[in-house]
Formats: sequence, C-alpha cells, structure tokens
Amino acid sequence: MTLFIISILIFVGVEALPGDLTEAVLGQSATPETVAAFRKELKLDLPPHIRYLSWLGGIVRGEFGNSLANGRPIADLIGWRIGNSLFLAATTAAIAVPLSILLGIVAALYRNSFFDRAISMVTLSTISFPEFFVAYILIALLSVQLIIFPSISNINAQMPFLEKIHAIVLPCLTLTLVVVAHMMRQTRAAIINILASPFIEMAKLKGLKKTRIVIFHAFPNALSPVINVVAVNLAYLVAGVVIVEVVFVFPGLGQLLVDSVSKRDIPVVQASGLIFASVYITLNLLADMLSIISNPRLRNPK
Amino acid sequence: MAFFKLLRSSPLSARIGLAIVLINIAAAILAPVISPYGETEIVGDVWVSPSPDHYLGTDHLGRDLFTRLVYGARNTIAIAFVTTVLSFMVGALCGFFAATLGGWTDLSLSRGVDIIMAFPTLIFALMVLSVVGTSITSLIIVIALLDSTRVFRLSRAVAMDIEIMEFVEAARLRGEGTWWLMRHEILPNAMPPLVAEFGLRFCFVFLFIAALSFLGLGIQPPTADWGSMVMENAGAITFGIFTPLVPAGAIAFLTVGVNLIVDWFLHLASGLED
Repeated sequence: MTLFIISILIFVGVEALPGDLTEAVLGQSATPETVAAFRKELKLDLPPHIRYLSWLGGIVRGEFGNSLANGRPIADLIGWRIGNSLFLAATTAAIAVPLSILLGIVAALYRNSFFDRAISMVTLSTISFPEFFVAYILIALLSVQLIIFPSISNINAQMPFLEKIHAIVLPCLTLTLVVVAHMMRQTRAAIINILASPFIEMAKLKGLKKTRIVIFHAFPNALSPVINVVAVNLAYLVAGVVIVEVVFVFPGLGQLLVDSVSKRDIPVVQASGLIFASVYITLNLLADMLSIISNPRLRNPK
Repeated sequence: MAFFKLLRSSPLSARIGLAIVLINIAAAILAPVISPYGETEIVGDVWVSPSPDHYLGTDHLGRDLFTRLVYGARNTIAIAFVTTVLSFMVGALCGFFAATLGGWTDLSLSRGVDIIMAFPTLIFALMVLSVVGTSITSLIIVIALLDSTRVFRLSRAVAMDIEIMEFVEAARLRGEGTWWLMRHEILPNAMPPLVAEFGLRFCFVFLFIAALSFLGLGIQPPTADWGSMVMENAGAITFGIFTPLVPAGAIAFLTVGVNLIVDWFLHLASGLED
C-alpha cells in the first residue's frame, strides 16, 4: 500500500521536473515537427494518468522502459548495478552486524570501564563524521600513503572473487565504520536497559554465574530491540551507499541515481528511486515482523 | 547567572563542545573581518601548500582555502540553523495539534508522516530537489519539511504524555482554547526534550546539507560551502594533497562539538546520577 502511494509520489514529483527533455536531447535547433515526433515516440503526448498506469504495469512485469539519455533499456542499466550495490551492502552487513552486537554487549557488560569509555568516544566521533570524511581519510591513509588498496573501486562481472573483495575493501570499510558506530551504541543501550530490570537482579541474587545470566536471561530479552536496531541500520545502509558509491566511483545503483538526477533522465530516476524505496520499506517491515516474532508480548495487543 | 553556575558544573566534554561551537559561530559572524581575501577571489596557483600567505593553501581554482573555510562556516551553519528552526516550527506545531485535537487530525497527520518516513530521506531529498531546483530557499524548505517529520513524531509523543495530565484537563474544563493549551500548558513542559532534540536535528540537518552539497545538489558554487568544497577538491587526494580533508574535517569538528553538548544536556535532563 505504502509502496503504491510512493510510486504515485515519485511519478508526480518527477513529472513536475522543470525543463523539457525533448529540448535537452534534440538540441535548441530542433524543428517543431521533430519535437512532436519525438514526444510521440516517447509517449509524452499522452495524458499523465495513462502514462502512470502503463509505467506501473511495466514495472510489475519487470520492464522499466528505456533510458532517455542513451536509449538503452533501464533493466540492463540497473540489473548489474543492483548486483554490485547488493554485493557491497551484503559484505558490509556480514562484517558489521556480528561485530557491533559483540562490541555492544561487551561495552554494556563492562559499563563505565576504560574499554566502554574508549569505545563510546570513538563511536560518538564516527557518528559525527560525514561518510565522505571517513572515506577520504581512509583513502589518504590506505591508498595514498600506504598504497594497499585502490582509491577507485571499479568492479565488473569477469573479475575473480578475491579481486572483487580487494576492490571494495575501502568503501566497505567506510560503511562498516559508520554503521557499526550506530548499531553498537543502540545495542549497548538496549542491553543496559535489560540489565537494569528486576529479573536480572533476581538472577544475580540467586547466585547465578555472570555468563549464564547474560546468555540465558539477558540475551533472549534483548533480542527484540537488537533485531530492530540491526534492521533499521541495514535500511540506513541503503541510503549511505549512495554517498560512498560516489566517493569511490563504484558502479552501483546510488551512483546511477545521482548521475541520472543531474542528467534529468526521468525514467532512470523513477526506477532507481522506486527500487531504493522498496528495499528500505521491506527492511523496515522485516524489522517489525522479527520483533513481533521474538517478543511474544507484542503478539497480543491489549 | 544560573547559566554560569550550570556551566561551572559541566563536565570537560561539554566545555570542549561549547568551545568548538563558539569558535565556529565566531568565525561565521566575523567572516569578512578575519578572512584575508574575498570569498571567490582567485589569489594564486592551484593547490598551493600552506604558507604564511595562505594559512591552509589554496583550492582547485587558486582561491584561498582559509577564506573559503571561514565563509563556508557562515553559509553552511546559517543555512543549517534556519532549516532546523523551520523544521521545529512546522514539526512541533503539527505534533502539538495532533496530540491536543486527536481524532482525524491526528490520524491524517500521523499517516502522512508515516508515508514520508517510509522513504529514505536522502533519496527523497535528491528526487524532490531535482524537481524544484537547487536554490538555497528550496533547499531549506525541502529539508525542513522532510526533517519536521521526526520532530513531529517526538513532539506528538511528548505532548501526548502531557495532554493526559490533570492540569491540562483542568485548563480544558476552564474553557481554554486549543491554542492557549498548546502555548501555556504543553509547550513549557515539552521544552527539555525538544531542546535536546534541537541539537541532534541540527547535527543531522547540517550533515545532510553537507552530503547534498557533496553530491553537487545542495548549495551551488561559487558560494563557499563545506560540502561542495570537499567535492571540488576531491581529486587532490589521489596526489597526496590533503585539501579536501580540511572542509570535511571542519564538518566533523562542528558536529562532534554539538554532539558533546547534547550528550551533556541529555544527561542533565535524565537526572541520572553517576
């Protein structure tokens, strides 16, 4: 339902773009006849609601139409870029999720220790840094000074897996740093919240071992907030990927979106915007569902 | 003088934060006085190293980087501040209305906000800005409206808690109007969480504008702005020149400062003992 409303929003919004595409493609000197023919070819002469329905129908069938800038089918343009973006995001998630949960739990257990303070100082500053600052510092250190990793991560389908990994180390590291900071802080807060509840006190008074309390008493109850944190941050990754892709000239969907916005390539903007939105919405939905599954209390609304 | 007393009891981190913010505000206000050159004046070679003539060197067009940085503080901070204020006026007003009126006002506002928030903010802003163009006014309005959704959520939740208190009920039975209720009963009680949120939202808006400018869709050249300065000079980094790190560092510096103050404030508001 939300997705449907958003598809309307995207269509109407982009429809309202000032400037005419025909002029941009054909140039200033085009005769009225060629302009009319061009508009007809792109079906720009039809009323908006008919174009909206045919656009939506096309997407449902997996046809996004053609790019206006170079005439290639959008599905071709987007297809391999989605793969690249997902590859980057999945690698980041695979590193960031376990790492931040572990760090969050440790920081919560040894609250106010040196380790906790150090880590919360570091994460506070990483949160404050814009993604591109982190990215350029990493470039300056690891690719200019030490020359270990490439500063431009260009990957293609023919590359062997290890080479691909080597190419995306820097963008992946940037995203990991930013996401881990957020996730770890929220995990820490969630666990501290649980540790302060009476049943943990009770378990402590019963004389249970600390590891047992953490694993069997605290963790199952912390699962629901932690899952929520993870899903929200993965959704955040979706948007964060855009900036990082631009910094590293990574051939992903975010790069395509930014390029198309400046080229006013309407169908590409519409299509990639819709994909970003659906991934984002799906992840948020998943978060809600998982937290209901992991917390039986939410299953019976009062 | 209660303020100074509070200041004396503040932890070191909050003082550092305050100092950072004050330095930035001073730079922003005094920009024409302390900067040695004009904002868009070309004064030397491209990417000159720092020297007594150019404290931080020059940028990709040979403009003095220190001058650009100081003017950038002025533009970036002012725009982020205006945006945050606007977003709070819209967000808090709608949030209070939703809480006090309830019914379909609440329902329609909340659903509308849900829809906007279902969309990643950056992507939404990119698309809207490509439609309305990237003038400073439209930048401020678009970001303020997008950001006001978060303010709405918070202020609605806070106002909901206050709305069920007896004193609001009493005022209502006295026959006070909605506006009076919001202004005299809810607003004063909702102030502390909103002030802390203001700091957080300012950071967010500030980083957001920087990101948009970095993508070339925010504040347009030749206006000095930290985000676009990073983008313009990005090429230098592969030659081992650290020019783009300077404005990016300035962004990070200010955000850390504001965050330190907000942390302290949240700590105060929560009444937590160490």
